Amino acid sequence: MKFTCLSKGRGFHFPPCHMLNCCGIRILLDCPLDLSALMAFSPVPTSLDAFSFEESNNNEKRQKIEDLLEAKSLIFAEPWYKTVNSLHLWNASLIDVILISSPMGIMGLPFLTRRKGFSAKIYVTLASARLGQLMMEDLVSMHAEFRQFYGLKESNFPPWLRQEELEILPSVLKEILAGKDGVELGAWMPMYSAADVKDCMLKINTLNYAQEVCYNGTLVIKAFSSGVEIGSCNWILNGPKGDIAYLSNSCFFSAHAMAFDYRSLRGTCALIYSDFSSLSDTQDIEDGDNYTDPTSDKLLPPSSFQDSDGFNLNSDEDLEEKEKLVFICSCAIECVKDGGSVLIPINRLGTILQLLEEMTTLLEASATEVPVYIISSVAEELLVWLNIIPEWLCKQRQERLFSGEFLFAHVKLLKEKKIHVVPDIHSHGFLKNWREPCIVFCPHWSLRMGPVVHLLRRWCGDPKSLLILEDMENLELALLPFKPVAMKVLQCLFPSGIGLQKVQPLLKTLQPKTVLFPEDLRLKTNFSCEKSFSVSYYTEAETLKVSRQKDSSEIKIAADLASQFYWKTFKKEGINVNRLKGKLLMENGRHHLFLDNDKKTSSGNSSLLRCGLLDSNKFLAKLSKMGINASMERGTDDAGSTNVRIVHTEKPYKALIEIGNTSTAITTVDANVASILYKAIDNILDEV
Amino acid sequence: MAIETLVLGAGQEVGKSCVVVNINGKRIMFDCGMHMGYNDHRQFPDFSLISPSRNFNDALSCIIITHFHLDHVGALAYFTEVCGYSGPVYMTYPTKALAPLMLEDYRKVMVNRRGEEEQFTSDHIAECMKKVIAVDLKQTVQVDEDLEIRAYYAGHVIGAAMFYVKVGDAEMVYTGDYNMTPDRHLGAAQIDRLRLDLLITESTYATTIRDSKYAREREFLKAIHKCVSGGGKVLIPTFALGRAQELCILLEDYWERMNLKVPIYFSAGLTIQANMYYKMLIGWTSQKIKDTYSTHNAFDFKNVHKFERSMLDAPGPCVLFATPGMISGGFSLEVFKHWAPSENNLVTLPGYCLAGTVGHKLISGKSTNIDIDPDTQIDVRCQIHQLAFSPHTDSKGIMDLVKFLSPKHVILVHGEKPKMDSLKERIHSELEIPCYNPANNETVNIPSTNYVNAEASGTFIRNCLNPNFKFQKCNSVDTRDSTLIDRNLTPELQVEDERVADGVLVMESNKKAKIVHRDEVLLMLDEKKQEA
Repeated sequence: MKFTCLSKGRGFHFPPCHMLNCCGIRILLDCPLDLSALMAFSPVPTSLDAFSFEESNNNEKRQKIEDLLEAKSLIFAEPWYKTVNSLHLWNASLIDVILISSPMGIMGLPFLTRRKGFSAKIYVTLASARLGQLMMEDLVSMHAEFRQFYGLKESNFPPWLRQEELEILPSVLKEILAGKDGVELGAWMPMYSAADVKDCMLKINTLNYAQEVCYNGTLVIKAFSSGVEIGSCNWILNGPKGDIAYLSNSCFFSAHAMAFDYRSLRGTCALIYSDFSSLSDTQDIEDGDNYTDPTSDKLLPPSSFQDSDGFNLNSDEDLEEKEKLVFICSCAIECVKDGGSVLIPINRLGTILQLLEEMTTLLEASATEVPVYIISSVAEELLVWLNIIPEWLCKQRQERLFSGEFLFAHVKLLKEKKIHVVPDIHSHGFLKNWREPCIVFCPHWSLRMGPVVHLLRRWCGDPKSLLILEDMENLELALLPFKPVAMKVLQCLFPSGIGLQKVQPLLKTLQPKTVLFPEDLRLKTNFSCEKSFSVSYYTEAETLKVSRQKDSSEIKIAADLASQFYWKTFKKEGINVNRLKGKLLMENGRHHLFLDNDKKTSSGNSSLLRCGLLDSNKFLAKLSKMGINASMERGTDDAGSTNVRIVHTEKPYKALIEIGNTSTAITTVDANVASILYKAIDNILDEV
Repeated sequence: MAIETLVLGAGQEVGKSCVVVNINGKRIMFDCGMHMGYNDHRQFPDFSLISPSRNFNDALSCIIITHFHLDHVGALAYFTEVCGYSGPVYMTYPTKALAPLMLEDYRKVMVNRRGEEEQFTSDHIAECMKKVIAVDLKQTVQVDEDLEIRAYYAGHVIGAAMFYVKVGDAEMVYTGDYNMTPDRHLGAAQIDRLRLDLLITESTYATTIRDSKYAREREFLKAIHKCVSGGGKVLIPTFALGRAQELCILLEDYWERMNLKVPIYFSAGLTIQANMYYKMLIGWTSQKIKDTYSTHNAFDFKNVHKFERSMLDAPGPCVLFATPGMISGGFSLEVFKHWAPSENNLVTLPGYCLAGTVGHKLISGKSTNIDIDPDTQIDVRCQIHQLAFSPHTDSKGIMDLVKFLSPKHVILVHGEKPKMDSLKERIHSELEIPCYNPANNETVNIPSTNYVNAEASGTFIRNCLNPNFKFQKCNSVDTRDSTLIDRNLTPELQVEDERVADGVLVMESNKKAKIVHRDEVLLMLDEKKQEA
């Protein structure tokens, strides 16, 4: 098994990406997009900005005077998208299988599927595929605004990717564009089209959780829920030489998606640990400009982890999450009561759904009447879809089905007109019903595209309004185009992976033989005293060879064939030996041997294998029994070895038989004689 | 190793489906139904045959329910709560959602309307459903270390599934009720090609070959259209789930197309509640309905309104769905009393009605006077339409499925004996598969597959993959006897790639049997090769 980590990703929206070679099958694990790189671009300029846009374009002799980051230094051009750089080093047509573990992991897939010669089988859970498709369609439709503004460009190569342009960029932007070592320039791709997305979806094979699919008869592939998002999953790959578990970002607690099914990952030969979420654990969370958020510090609680199977019993985290949501909602309600509006550009489905339910309940309780808007081109379809997928949801939601309630409260809220869903900010119905203050959920979290840009421009100067953001690596950069920002900013960290404290107990429970673990997390965990499994560490862009498997594989022999075996026993060793005749079949990752009634093969070659030393005394006795006179002498062969015996026969046939350690040669003029002698030797030797 | 099949219900009959299979030491109960035609002990399967000591938890590994019809799930609450089985019960998500509704509905009818002693209470149903583990289609469920089950789409009603079971090397499928042709709201049954020892299949229509369902549906719609355009009222007595939604989709669709404005009503018992479940479970319906969910959920009936008792004698045409089916009492009987005397009106009834119900009297006899009770007699003048479509597969479908799966043995259940006999004969003669149709409480024993496990060395496997091309020139001499067409089909050069490897099975004492390549034997035996 060969494993190469192509990218460790960057949090929830940009999951890791790996290449795995197992049983000669090349498997790509996830194909995400780094959408945080969008922040290097300016949002679609307003007429006011347009001036600076013109200026920046005309002033060709700009020079990098100081490393000053200002709104003007952003790239004013139709954005490209940053894919996984190392993925471009692989020939797309040589990938056999692509496994997509989450809706986020599908975002870069159209770039691959539209390449010439692409022929890989893509496996995605049904729910991930649907969600992923909606997310991609939304991205394409938000991107259309840039197209409209900048127009179609003739030239294929964007000027901002040129080396001389890069040099004058502030270092922050330069790093986004070119990566730390300046090698990531090749990762940039122009946006795919809606047709590319459609085409990509047609090439996908969808799965249910725990459904078995077999690739090429060799590899049985199964997906198990990981709890991070609806449809997100971990994988079990079962080949003839053992099984591999792929553990992507997983969440023990989920208020919407089906819970993390870790029990199904138990006891594998190898486990690839690919949850990098704890990497960011130590990073300090920058608080908003004008707002201090008491809950935004370390949100992962000191784990009160009990027994090996008690992951879910720990409800502290659950409770803390709930408290956090209530806090966010109460901030929002305070804000609207104050006459300000609330803007929530969060793209995590689970968080949105919970906030929506919590928010409307609290609004009702506080008797505040403000409209709640959801603005997104796919929101309507998404909300409808969410209510027809009980199989993909957590236990509590499923219970709602069994008691005849709608799975999510938004169905009722929509009917009661407590929330309004509109496709975009220009839609007629929206403008007619628009009331401020209000609460708005809308994409995109990068603050560079979608309805959020326009609303943020409207409210950023209003100190009464509130912006609620997901955890951002660089808040400064995110808010750059909207400076100066007077509005309150609340930044929240939502857990999206296995907490550091839980890594070790989890791995102990799963009992793999080998663990492939990220080098980056090595210092944060301590496996030195771990005896139940071995650990190998992997780093980005380096291939790790794991000789996890024994050379032999399991084989099943049909009973009717086995009953026909004719055993030959070697008395000395106590070994039974049987020559096989049958049909070898590879099915569901297992070798089978069946009875073969095909005459062609059974009558084929009969070159038997003989072993044992030819006992010369026995041979002479045999010959004399057949009426052949023979005499023996010891001699040396050409190579000078001493162990060669030579048998001469005179009557009735003349022949010379050389008996060596590994071969016996008969020399005679008559073919019949040779065959008679051959039979005699044959009789004495053990044959297989 | 053997598979032992004990048929507790639906053996040479339709009703109380219940089959207990012992497969490599695991005992699984498929379905736990009740017989609607009996009120005595014959109503439930004879559970004492499973375990004389009535210790069902030790006797059974799990229960699998295929769909929510009472003849498949009716005895479940009784078996778990009264008989005391507390092990796992598996069914699909829709079945888990809808089965309690069916049970509750039935319990109410039994207690309130017929005044019988109840066999189980509402609490029993609720407790029973807590033991149920919901499964998704194709999800491979590991019941325990050796027992693996998987559901396949069966298409009979929403959530109906065929179940695949594997224990060790033995594999089998129990179909439950299924439909091989897609209908208006459900898809056709779907299953993988499996290597089965045993297939237990329903055989309701063992000898019937049905023509297109669409023709029968058209008949139904025509009859209704004719009635309402003449100002008449249509009564459709149904149970709350399944048929009501199917017919309603049919009507909605027709109403849209024909631009009809005649109101469609649901009586209080039926309703909007049941439709709510269907709306959430739309993922389990046919592709066509699934595809349109985002614009319009097909179970969001636009023309359907709630029926008020005061509307009973209101003038003007209408269509009314009323519970219970077969006009066995309750509201549908009350409506029937009001509407039956007018020849303008229409009553539609399913193809099968239990003896003793008004529905049965209507479809069996031509009598115009029906005694409801000793004091009431109704002069029936309205028209009667019998629904001629059914969500069961016909005999062609059964044969297709058996042929597709090619199991080593077939057992027929859920059918009438003479028809089953003739189907059994067909399977035996046409497909050459041994076939059985045991009666209730009979047991069938069949052998099961067994593999010998061995290890195979890497060298051997690699050698098996070595290409071994053989090129054969076919000259005209070889083909001179064949016809002209044959010659065209046979290419000049034939390439064969029959991959052959020499394998030797070695069994050492105290070690697992191992298959090695011939070159490796010597290494293992520590002997030198002898060539001659």
